[in-house]
Amino acid sequence: MYETIYHRASSVAEAANLMGTAAEGKYLSGGMTLIPTMKQRLAAPSDLVDLRHIAEMKGIAVDGRSVRIGAATTHEEVATSAALASVCPAICGLASHIGDPHVRHMGTIGGSIANNDPAADYPAAMLALDAVIVTDRREVKAEDFFTGLFETALEDGEIVTAVRFEAPAKAAYQKFPNPASRYAMTGVFVVRRADGGVRVAVTGAGSDGVFRHRDLEAALAANWSPGAVTNVKVDDSDLLSDIHASAAYRANLVKVMTKRAVAAA
Amino acid sequence: MAKLTMTVNGRQVSGTCDDRTLLVHFIRENLGLTGTHVGCDTTQCGACVVHMDGQSVKSCSILAAQAAGSSITTIEGLASNGELHPVQAAFKTHHGLQCGFCTPGMVMTAVDMIRRHGGNLDEATVRAELEGNICRCTGYHNIVQAILAAAAETGGVRQAAE
Ligand SMILES: Cc1cc2nc3c(=O)[nH]c(=O)nc-3n(C[C@H](O)[C@H](O)[C@H](O)COP(=O)(O)OP(=O)(O)OC[C@H]3O[C@@H](n4cnc5c(N)ncnc54)[C@H](O)[C@@H]3O)c2cc1C
Ligand code: FES
Ligand code: FES
Repeated sequence: MYETIYHRASSVAEAANLMGTAAEGKYLSGGMTLIPTMKQRLAAPSDLVDLRHIAEMKGIAVDGRSVRIGAATTHEEVATSAALASVCPAICGLASHIGDPHVRHMGTIGGSIANNDPAADYPAAMLALDAVIVTDRREVKAEDFFTGLFETALEDGEIVTAVRFEAPAKAAYQKFPNPASRYAMTGVFVVRRADGGVRVAVTGAGSDGVFRHRDLEAALAANWSPGAVTNVKVDDSDLLSDIHASAAYRANLVKVMTKRAVAAA
Repeated sequence: MAKLTMTVNGRQVSGTCDDRTLLVHFIRENLGLTGTHVGCDTTQCGACVVHMDGQSVKSCSILAAQAAGSSITTIEGLASNGELHPVQAAFKTHHGLQCGFCTPGMVMTAVDMIRRHGGNLDEATVRAELEGNICRCTGYHNIVQAILAAAAETGGVRQAAE
């Protein structure tokens, strides 16, 4: 790892100030992506601003069906939150399958969405739940937040402080994990709102990162059942192809994971 | 360079290290506690697992600076008064190790697993919970048996106490 200077912030304002004075700083949340990347010398921030001790960025609040999750909330806290499980168990299940127990004790929802790994799980949930990403400067809809592979709408120095969403009537997430890394080779988050509206978000498969599949949404809005997916065509021309799976294989996985998610919702 | 203070195995310790120093290196090199191992550079093997403020973490992927002010337990902190911790004893009884390289991480993982699940652990859960720990020798079978035995014993003790 290259040299770096560590700073610990105790408030969002202090973190932003520390970042403002750093040459090429990076925020550090759970570190479960950033530290391994720095160990490989694939990242070399001059400064690290640790967000893990900022109380205002932590915790889960459920008010009726409105959910707010602080950005520094760990995967483990999301996985085991009884309040969250009572309105949206799908997101608890998603968090419980990220990495391993040790990664879940450190890794955070804010870090995961700021990183926007094309195989990460949370981006699919945020997009399907029509979540709002709250930052220290503004609120951005998930739709506008995830802009490409490891790309987001975040500006220099901007901090994700929380995410917000309305818990839907039904939701479920199914992933086909890569057998070695357990990241999603394809993961599908389905949502059905009380008014019958359906959203289907796919991670791990798109060559431009997480995306919604409108044809699957339309088919499921007309008929909310696993069978409704059978005749939908999933175009593989925009899907990832790599040593783990071809685009055609992933296209099939999109349908299989969608069916399983609808069955589980 | 920074001077850090943390509590390790119940004792307050201080040391000076680079900001980029990993917690595992601080533990092994500054404190001389070499029970915690490094088995990979990809955050996957779990040989480095310690507890930070009561939760299992991979000390190879945390900076010592991030851990400043926290309370750390390493494998050296488990036995008390010369008596093995029940999980250590179960690994011995059930032959849950061969070369022993993964064992400190396995034992720290098992203690955390039993803390969270108590006596409710079943084999499928133990295997799923071992996702982040790799063993090149045992084939996992005896590790799983050891953890289940320790969970039954300590979970049973807990029930008896209630
Ligand atoms: C062995 C292993 C297995 C894993 N498996 C999975 C998996 O199955 N699925 C999955 O989705 N993920 C997986 N991960 C990644 C894990 O979920 C990470 O925790 C997550 O991607 C990043 O969160 P973090 O809090 O650790 O962020 P960090 O590593 O601290 O930061 C990641 C990036 O986001 C930036 N950042 C962090 N917080 C903020 C913020 N609040 N505002 C703005 N920018 C911020 C940082 O500057 C950095 O660039 C795995 C990781 C490991 C090591
Ligand atoms: S040394 Fe920490 S996970 Fe391998
Ligand atoms: S006993 Fe040798 S690696 Fe597990």
